[in-house]
Amino acid sequence: MELLSGGDMLIRALQDEGVDTIFGYPGGSALHIYDAIFRQKKVKHILVRHEQAATHAADGYARATGKVGTVLVTSGPGATNAITGIATAYMDSIPMVVISGQVPSDKIGEDAFQETDMVGVSRPIVKHSFLVKDPAEIPATIKKAYYIAATGRPGPVVVDLPKDVTNPYEKFEYSYPKKIKLRSYTPIEKGHSGQIRKAVQLLMGARRPVIYAGGGVVQGNASELVTQFARTLNFPVTTTLMGLGGFPASDSRWLGMLGMHGTYEANTAMHHADVILAVGARFDDRVTNTPNKFCPQAKIIHIDIDPASISKTVSADIPIVGSVGSVMKDMLGLLNEISERPDAKMLGDWWQQIEDWRARHGILIEPRYDISSELIKPQDVIKTLHKVTGGDAYITSDVGQHQMFAAQYYGFDLPRRWINSGGLGTMGFGLPSAMGVQMAHRDATVACVTGEGSIQMCIQELSACTQYHLPIKIICLNNQALGMVKQWQDMQYSSRYSESLYEDSLPDFVKLAEAYGHVGIRVERKDELQAKMEECFAMKDRLVFMDIQVDPAEHVYPMQIAPGTMRDMWLSKTERT
Amino acid sequence: MRRIISVLMENAPGALSRVVGLFSQRGYNIESLTVAPTEDATLSRLTLTTIGDDHKIEQITKHLNKLIDVVKLVDLTEGAHIERELMLIKVKAIGNQREEVKRCVDIFRGQIVDVTPSVYIVQVAGTSDKLDAFVQSVGESAILEVVRTGVSGIARGEKVLSL
Ligand SMILES: Cc1ncc(C[n+]2csc(CCOP(=O)(O)OP(=O)(O)O)c2C)c(N)n1
Ligand SMILES: [Mg+2]
Repeated sequence: MELLSGGDMLIRALQDEGVDTIFGYPGGSALHIYDAIFRQKKVKHILVRHEQAATHAADGYARATGKVGTVLVTSGPGATNAITGIATAYMDSIPMVVISGQVPSDKIGEDAFQETDMVGVSRPIVKHSFLVKDPAEIPATIKKAYYIAATGRPGPVVVDLPKDVTNPYEKFEYSYPKKIKLRSYTPIEKGHSGQIRKAVQLLMGARRPVIYAGGGVVQGNASELVTQFARTLNFPVTTTLMGLGGFPASDSRWLGMLGMHGTYEANTAMHHADVILAVGARFDDRVTNTPNKFCPQAKIIHIDIDPASISKTVSADIPIVGSVGSVMKDMLGLLNEISERPDAKMLGDWWQQIEDWRARHGILIEPRYDISSELIKPQDVIKTLHKVTGGDAYITSDVGQHQMFAAQYYGFDLPRRWINSGGLGTMGFGLPSAMGVQMAHRDATVACVTGEGSIQMCIQELSACTQYHLPIKIICLNNQALGMVKQWQDMQYSSRYSESLYEDSLPDFVKLAEAYGHVGIRVERKDELQAKMEECFAMKDRLVFMDIQVDPAEHVYPMQIAPGTMRDMWLSKTERT
Repeated sequence: MRRIISVLMENAPGALSRVVGLFSQRGYNIESLTVAPTEDATLSRLTLTTIGDDHKIEQITKHLNKLIDVVKLVDLTEGAHIERELMLIKVKAIGNQREEVKRCVDIFRGQIVDVTPSVYIVQVAGTSDKLDAFVQSVGESAILEVVRTGVSGIARGEKVLSL
């Protein structure tokens, strides 16, 4: 057997695990590991400019590919800088392994230089964590970390490595386990067949069914199955913010997104539904409005891989624990066995009703904002983006109004194309996650829809984009404000704009982009939007920063009114349901 | 309702803090907690008592089960079970009190395990209610110090919580 140092074992284990890219940042406690990286070629390391960006980049990589993202940081400040990104991944169930250097074992607990209890600090935001005490444990620990991160309900796993454990002068026998079994961890794959049968029965009797599909459909690679299921039965589908692309937006059965900024037809259909099939969704408070007023007439079937997500806020009538892929396959199988189908007349009436709602207030069939305005409307920017990219780009996003406009108007036909921080709502996520996506798909078109507020939270990564030639297109909806905050202040605080404006302190983003070696384009007039965007996307091998001056007064609508039911919404500044 | 949840978990560093952290993180309360290794040195047994309605207890057990270190768990209060708690209590024992405390100890089938001219240390084991009753009987004014272990429990009959 081969003898390797702890540091070399770690990198070898990553190679054997199939890791091709690490996002990281060096420092004292990680230097043995960094030396091991230097002495090999298989694993590529991307040097970010802030550890938060390393976690978001690994996260974007994971979301775009379905593989586990990998992060490497040093102890203390390196580790704590990674926390926001770990929490982001945790909230959205993203598979990620974060390797952190730690002070030497014999110094732990002594307040040593750059010591932070990483296992302790990260505990509430990881799926699991390891503190490795013996170099010989490295291969098995890495195997376990990737296994835990990727299986069941995915999530981030921290591996904390004291510096002595990676010491280059102590060598150990290396062998990488092919498989690992943990007696205390056996993720459930298959759903209970009796429950599945009951669910199908309930669906066959449904008169006003809605399929409510969440991020689990995307993460669980089940979008084709869900699509097939919905098409077979001609059921309406709504997707959550995390589920966008899980069902094709161009299919007329798609009602749009639901929830706080969901469409009128999706939220109203949910409210009136008699049977809801929730697939890989978790009844988030941004979806349900007031839980005890949620969909009063509906019987709920809830498919989820995480039993703790079922009946957490809204209780399920038919809970099914299992991977959405496996359960949907079984449900489809059952559909093919039986001849029974839901009452066609009833379903037809239901569709008629939904089409009425759609015609009345649907934002996707005609603009519900002032198109006569001289100003560039943010909604139009997203529509133009869709047009120019042929709807075929990977879109990452930051957090704010621009995120909601992108979610509402891009129209995702494929899963893993919409990459945003849904659960934690992390401003700063957009650019670094786009780096991860672009690293995974070097030839793909990757655009980051952002705001002038969010982009400044990880703007330093423009430098990393230069180093690795990442031709990301930054679509900055510049509304001169923390727009989403300002919208709430308009709606709930009589337009008292407490700390949501910058008083002419914004940088010249065009010059800033140029300073980093990129291209900057400013768009100020409506009539130049499309041409300039085409120009932007024609520059295939350059990062282009589009600073688009949009109407600062625009709000995101619909917006649910809290506390209330699903169908209680503001439809514009003056009109409500 | 009060529940006794018994957990078999890996005897690994950090395992206990994950359990305790889960409770504070999700706003569940722990009334008592005991933990010790089992006959299998790789496993520890943790018993905790908590109060909550069915919905809350369901969430607690689901989240506990999700912890990678947790091998198995059972809500003992769902079935017939034995529960015991041990208490060491230091009481004043001067003059008449000495006889009175002694009588009380006998009634509760406790033991006096340490004696000085002015103080007894009494050991009592039983359900938490019984220990509460003993404390009440002795009376607050006589009590110098109370130490309780928290509840341990085991299911009655054939049922076992093991690998
Ligand atoms: C790290 C972080 N801090 C604060 C917030 C709260 N927040 C949500 S949206 C928003 C405004 C975002 O402004 P901008 O990026 O310009 O987007 P806009 O809403 O203007 O489109 C803020 C401050 C957050 N989500 N994340
Ligand atoms: Mg803004």
